[in-house]
Amino acid sequence: MTQKKTEAWSSKIGVIMAVAGSAVGLGNFLRFPGLVADRETGGGAFLIAYFISLLVVGLPICWVEWTLGRFGGTQGYNSSPGIFHAIIRKPWGKYIGLLGFIIPVGVYFYYVVIESWCLGYAWHSFTGGLDLGKDPTTYARFFSAFTGQAIDGSTLGFTGPFLFFVGVFILNFVIIYRGLSKGIEFICNWGMPLLIVIALALLVRVMTLGTPDPTKPELSVWNGLGYMWNPHDIAKGLSNPAVWLKAASQIFFTLSVGFGVIITYASYLKKKDDVVLSGLTATAANEFCEVGLGGLITVPAAFAFLGASAVAGGTFALGFNVLPQVFAGMPYGHLFGGLFFTLLFIAAITSSLSMLQPGIAFLEEGLGLDRRGSVALLGLVTAVGCTLVVWFSEGLKALSTVDFWIGDIGIFLQGTILIYVFNLVFGTERGWTEAHHGADLRIPRVFKFVIRWVSPAFLTIIFAMFVLKNVAGWNLSFTAPVFLPTEPILDLVGGPGHPASGVARLTVFFLLLFAVFTALLIRRAGQRWETR
Amino acid sequence: MLISVGAVTGLFVWCLFKVLTGKKDPDHLAHVEPVETKDLDRR
Repeated sequence: MTQKKTEAWSSKIGVIMAVAGSAVGLGNFLRFPGLVADRETGGGAFLIAYFISLLVVGLPICWVEWTLGRFGGTQGYNSSPGIFHAIIRKPWGKYIGLLGFIIPVGVYFYYVVIESWCLGYAWHSFTGGLDLGKDPTTYARFFSAFTGQAIDGSTLGFTGPFLFFVGVFILNFVIIYRGLSKGIEFICNWGMPLLIVIALALLVRVMTLGTPDPTKPELSVWNGLGYMWNPHDIAKGLSNPAVWLKAASQIFFTLSVGFGVIITYASYLKKKDDVVLSGLTATAANEFCEVGLGGLITVPAAFAFLGASAVAGGTFALGFNVLPQVFAGMPYGHLFGGLFFTLLFIAAITSSLSMLQPGIAFLEEGLGLDRRGSVALLGLVTAVGCTLVVWFSEGLKALSTVDFWIGDIGIFLQGTILIYVFNLVFGTERGWTEAHHGADLRIPRVFKFVIRWVSPAFLTIIFAMFVLKNVAGWNLSFTAPVFLPTEPILDLVGGPGHPASGVARLTVFFLLLFAVFTALLIRRAGQRWETR
Repeated sequence: MLISVGAVTGLFVWCLFKVLTGKKDPDHLAHVEPVETKDLDRR
């Protein structure tokens, strides 16, 4: 190792909290409950597919990423391009790590905007600004105005939403500037326990709601739990490809695998630090927050107050339209609403911080910048990306475009690359041995077979299905397949009744420019690494 | 619901217990590297 390591975790529980904090996000409390509650693809079949996906994709790739990250760290690299450079040892190897920079930084472009919505909603809940009466359209109008969905750039200027955004953006960089241990680890060590305490308090509140409106006895928390968790027709569900696709995608996105974050976080471990138990604990923490807390709070509460129709509206609708109505209807609702959005904000900030660290690590070791320089450069790059998202707010077009191409396609691609590099380049046997250096726990041997054969095959099939459905527009039917262009594609090329979107095209062009810029930085970093 | 929630809660508690009661980081102690006996055996 030729480079002096200046950053490290101060404790084992600290790195676990940081990885768990990265994984636990809005999806745990808003997306997962909506997927389980779905009448067509939810219920028991979804949960079986979900837990199978956890075992054959989530956990194995998690261990792979922890192992490769720690190995890269022992070679003196903390960024994805550097770690792949150390593993592959070919001139092109470092470019394999390109996505490990683009994905976290690209997702940050819009994630920090959503994070500022959570803080804004927490503020408005605590101060009574979200008590908007019983008319559901008022809440939808508030959300639309707060996020600037009606007109591009309508939140820019000296407005509440923009001030929240600027404040949250700066806060992230102040924390990241403090470094790995004093910044990220400190926030996660306090934030994650606080998040769990708030979630438990909300859980007690929801479970004691009973039947909020005695004139509608069918609308109770228990019926809400039944609506969400009753198994439905399991055999029929498991034969539906859409169930598997949704379950595997959720596992993939919720664990932050393929994100470029775990590999960077693990690189700050020492050679004899455990990765097996740490990886399992971080995964278990995420699953506890998702299934044990998220799965019991939002949907049952929404069902008890507003009925089944309120539940089926997607992540943003559930979080920012439906739940404010629910809190407005319960005693001390402003307090519980404020707590809920504070919980979302904590979940979001521990994730957004993790998106910045891979970028900081790369700029420091690739370009030789100090902390001040790397924070300044990354701040500039993310400010440009965030401005695009905040400015083109109409219909949240820029946000959804970045989310699709970076947050969906990019993460799947990177996860697939990770598992193939581990097996074909690093070597499964070598990787297995490497994973067990300093391990506090032995991975059951069956997982060696899973990592070598099952995970790559499963992931390739799911990725292919994802692309066929979301890019080629496949209706997921084997007997009567139909391919219709999907919205992200129509936005780019246009179609009958759907003109191409200038904003979507501009956003994709910007992302391509960002990728080229990153590739040039990696080339420069490679020259620096070659001289080591 | 009980199986899913119970399983993830049990796993999380078990993992936390293992982490908190597991071996301590030797760097936090006045640590002495253990004597490597492999070479001695060979001799």
